[in-house]
Amino acid sequence: MNDTRPAIEFRHVSYRLDGKESRELLHDLNLEVQSGETLVLLGRSGSGKTTTLKLINHLLKPSDGELLVDARPIREWDVIRLRRMIGYVIQEVGLFPHFTVARNIGLVPKIENWHANRIAERTHELLQLVGLDPEIASRYPRELSGGQRQRVGVARALAADPPILLMDEPFGALDPITRAELQREFFQLQKRLRKTVVFVTHDLREALLLGTRIALMEAGRVVTLQTPDQFLASKEPLPCAYKDAFGTGLQV
Amino acid sequence: MNLWQFILQNHTEVLELTLEHLWLVGISTLLAVLIGIPLGILITRWPALNKPVLGGANIIQTIPSLALFGFLLPAPWIGARADRLAILALALYALLPLIRNTYVGIQSVDPAVVEAGRGMGLTDRQLLFQVELPLAFGVIIAGVRVATVISVGLATIAAAIGAGGLGEYIFRGLAMVNNQVILAGAIPAAAMALLADLSLGWLEKRLSPH
Repeated sequence: MNDTRPAIEFRHVSYRLDGKESRELLHDLNLEVQSGETLVLLGRSGSGKTTTLKLINHLLKPSDGELLVDARPIREWDVIRLRRMIGYVIQEVGLFPHFTVARNIGLVPKIENWHANRIAERTHELLQLVGLDPEIASRYPRELSGGQRQRVGVARALAADPPILLMDEPFGALDPITRAELQREFFQLQKRLRKTVVFVTHDLREALLLGTRIALMEAGRVVTLQTPDQFLASKEPLPCAYKDAFGTGLQV
Repeated sequence: MNLWQFILQNHTEVLELTLEHLWLVGISTLLAVLIGIPLGILITRWPALNKPVLGGANIIQTIPSLALFGFLLPAPWIGARADRLAILALALYALLPLIRNTYVGIQSVDPAVVEAGRGMGLTDRQLLFQVELPLAFGVIIAGVRVATVISVGLATIAAAIGAGGLGEYIFRGLAMVNNQVILAGAIPAAAMALLADLSLGWLEKRLSPH
């Protein structure tokens, strides 16, 4: 990764759903994600957060504008190579139900032809990294709790040590206690790993805890782009509406 | 003369007709699997083909079996031998459950799992062979099971065009107005259907990922 240039850059990117009434989900998006930062996309459902995320790993193609990853236009990338250097964590986790935890984590290393010993070592290391007992490597996803599953999801995304991590409300489906636990742990993990993270959430507290910057989205546009401190001090209407909705006791 | 005596007296013929029947069902089902499963996969990749392919297989199913045997009679090479003709007709009937179950099985894989796989950088082929097909396997085997059981029953009609099989006894018994002879064909056929159903059902359970 080139440290002087942004890891991810949106230049006038729009995304439209084609069809009879073509609907614009993203409008003229300009955004730079710096290498090693955690950029939080905050917004309500339908504001375009997930669409923005899926453009980065090319699950969606921009209708207009240009998207650069590692200073290279996305259309010049081999899509498969691009995706393998971008870890992807989603709310539903999406673990392969017919694979053990170890095979889930080791799938990308395996198709990248890593040696079996190295995969086993890496799996062991990753399970410890996300706070799981390496004993569970031989279990199937259905035998795990929701929190354990999401930890495995994070471990799987980190398997081939990708420089970029995309996280789509990864802790959204967890109970409040487990969620708080995973948020804190991820915060600690990110301090050590310094990945370039784009993190989608509608939870302001989560955004304040994890984000180095917060991009507030509304109706397919980025309304404000601020650090958590600036966000808390902001007098602009939309950040204020958010702060009101989440009540008192907000802190960075 | 009761049924047992008839079967014992004619055991070589019963065995021969049973094997013939098995051959008709086995080869036609195999043929249908080789065509139906790839077609089922194809229509998950090109949704535009979905309607024509499933519609076509549906129309074949609605043709009465005797009529289908008749239609195929003038076909070159196929029509030259009764067993070829019967195998083709049976394979055509077996297509619908195979195409449909393959399609439904793949379509019903959890979208989050597919999206995670795609997002991790699996190629379309890796996604198909490592994720979608293994997860759809139970549903696909259920299709093979339905196709096989239907085939065992339908294959008895193949005797009408001289393709042999246990239908021989059924038609002969009908002509002789002899229930014993009809049963000598019907009971082994029913047993074969039941056995196929049980063994494929067992396989379906064993190979289902959940």
